[in-house]
Amino acid sequence: MSMITAAQGRFVSTFVPRKRRGVELMLLVLALILGVGAYALVGIGTEGKVPTDIVGYGSGLVVLALVAHVAVRVKAPYADPVLLPCVVALNGLGLAMIRRIDIGRLAQDPQSHTYATQQLIWTAISVLGFVLTLVVVRDHRRLQAFTFTMGLAGVVLLLLPLVPLLGVNINGARIWISLGSLSFQPGEVAKICLAIFFAGYLVVKRDALALAGRRFAGIDLPRGRDLGPIVLMWLISLGILVFEDDLGSSLLFFGLFVVLLYVATERASWLVVGVVLFAAGAYFSYLAFAHVQTRVQGWLHPFSNPDLYYQIIQGQYGLAWGGILGRGWGQGSPQLTPFAWSDFIGDSLGEELGLTGLMAIIVIYGLIVERGLRTALICRDPFGKLLAVGLAMAMALQVFVVLGGVTNLIPLTGLTTPFLSYGGSSLLANWAMVALILRVSNHARQPMPDLSPPRADDDTQVIGRR
Amino acid sequence: MSELTLTLIKLGFLALLWLFVLTSVSVVKSDLFGERVDTSRPRSSKPPRQRKPRRGAPRSLVITDGANAGESVELAGEPILLGRGADATIRLDDDYVSTRHARFVPNGDDWYVEDLGSTNGTYIGNQRLTTPMAVSIGVQVRIGKTIAELKK
Repeated sequence: MSMITAAQGRFVSTFVPRKRRGVELMLLVLALILGVGAYALVGIGTEGKVPTDIVGYGSGLVVLALVAHVAVRVKAPYADPVLLPCVVALNGLGLAMIRRIDIGRLAQDPQSHTYATQQLIWTAISVLGFVLTLVVVRDHRRLQAFTFTMGLAGVVLLLLPLVPLLGVNINGARIWISLGSLSFQPGEVAKICLAIFFAGYLVVKRDALALAGRRFAGIDLPRGRDLGPIVLMWLISLGILVFEDDLGSSLLFFGLFVVLLYVATERASWLVVGVVLFAAGAYFSYLAFAHVQTRVQGWLHPFSNPDLYYQIIQGQYGLAWGGILGRGWGQGSPQLTPFAWSDFIGDSLGEELGLTGLMAIIVIYGLIVERGLRTALICRDPFGKLLAVGLAMAMALQVFVVLGGVTNLIPLTGLTTPFLSYGGSSLLANWAMVALILRVSNHARQPMPDLSPPRADDDTQVIGRR
Repeated sequence: MSELTLTLIKLGFLALLWLFVLTSVSVVKSDLFGERVDTSRPRSSKPPRQRKPRRGAPRSLVITDGANAGESVELAGEPILLGRGADATIRLDDDYVSTRHARFVPNGDDWYVEDLGSTNGTYIGNQRLTTPMAVSIGVQVRIGKTIAELKK
């Protein structure tokens, strides 16, 4: 029952949409203090003094953050104010940690390759990609027209590493393509394409998937022919697992599809179907493929073969050495873990910032995902809703899979930690993803256009007299 | 650099990290579409002293039947407009109701209902209203297919 006073009348439900760009700038300043501060502390921790290139590095990061902020101010003025600062904070922390591992590895071997400068350049390119996404995609609903183009592009990108000559096998996973001297992980971009495809496809198909079906044992089971898309997605995921040896991407794409199916149809039976399919697929690939067995073995019994599972063991020792408060920037030895700067950056941060710091980082990811889901809740068009859920869930699943892997909660899989890990394709794709969430968010939070129907003009019906 | 300084730096950085997280959370908390505003009353002036209503005087107008059944408006000493139009206090979703159909007007402690030249008329019982008429608690006023009455 709505109890409204006559004096306030219809003003009660009037909200004032706010831009809140000032709040974003304030949070951004905090995020930059974190990023640049971390970089300075790396120098203090390792060499006992603030690094000499702090001015150049700091101003670079500040300029990049400001460019992104101005782009949001101009192109998406009503967008969520928390997302961009969270991303900048993570990116800054990642850069500092990569720099710290560079220093550690240079101390061991002066000839070793350094990554921090390259990562700063990749950050610049990613911010450019972020701005371009905001400029080019002026209305996310236009993307719905490219549903099937995006789907095709996503599948092609996923399969590209299997093409002979183009695809290369780096570190055991065939998820890279090389163009000349550049190598690129197409799966990261496929993530965005497939999120758009799933959203566009399910908006159209949701009614058939939600309403048709029969009831069995308390749950509504879908019709046999409606199972087509989910089975196809399952086969593609299995294909990625089997032929590209990429457990992480496989889980990511299948999980994304199942979650979106559930959100679009509001039927829990899809989750049941999805979990059953996933469990069956995972179990049979465990039986059939040696590389899956290796992963599971490393998860359950890493000490059964310390040479093979050296990386995961080192990671766990790093976390233990970090403890609750961590060693402090530059005081641990994360460089001992192979790939500490990419896949295992979660453990590196856990070692130097401790449980306290790693939890803060996970909460920041949680905030990004929460803002994405919040955007989906308040978004007024169904495509935007599904797109925001899809992008947020892609981020959430990826963080879960990779952080779960490096903390040995689930079998280790090769994915990058968004915004933290070294890697250009990952950074670029994740920044573009956030730009898309901001685009939907801007649309959802801007003032509602006045669409009240001109009801006052239509005629009143006359009561007939019998 | 001494051990103590390094420990302090370490703790300071963790504090800063959590400060960022908590600030973001507080922004999120106050970020549910901005704040509620009440544009109908000037903010600075005190709310007018309300005269205490006589015991037994009606407190609210309730829609008891029709599409909007269950909706109610508190009586605050100001006229209440019923109709399909956007300016009505209760916007009735009833095809047999006119845009501005009828009005409840206070006069002292009594409330009067007045037909505003509606197409289908306003009825109390079987009687179509031609002049404003006093209504007491529980009297059913029929507007189109909707019935409204005053309640305590």
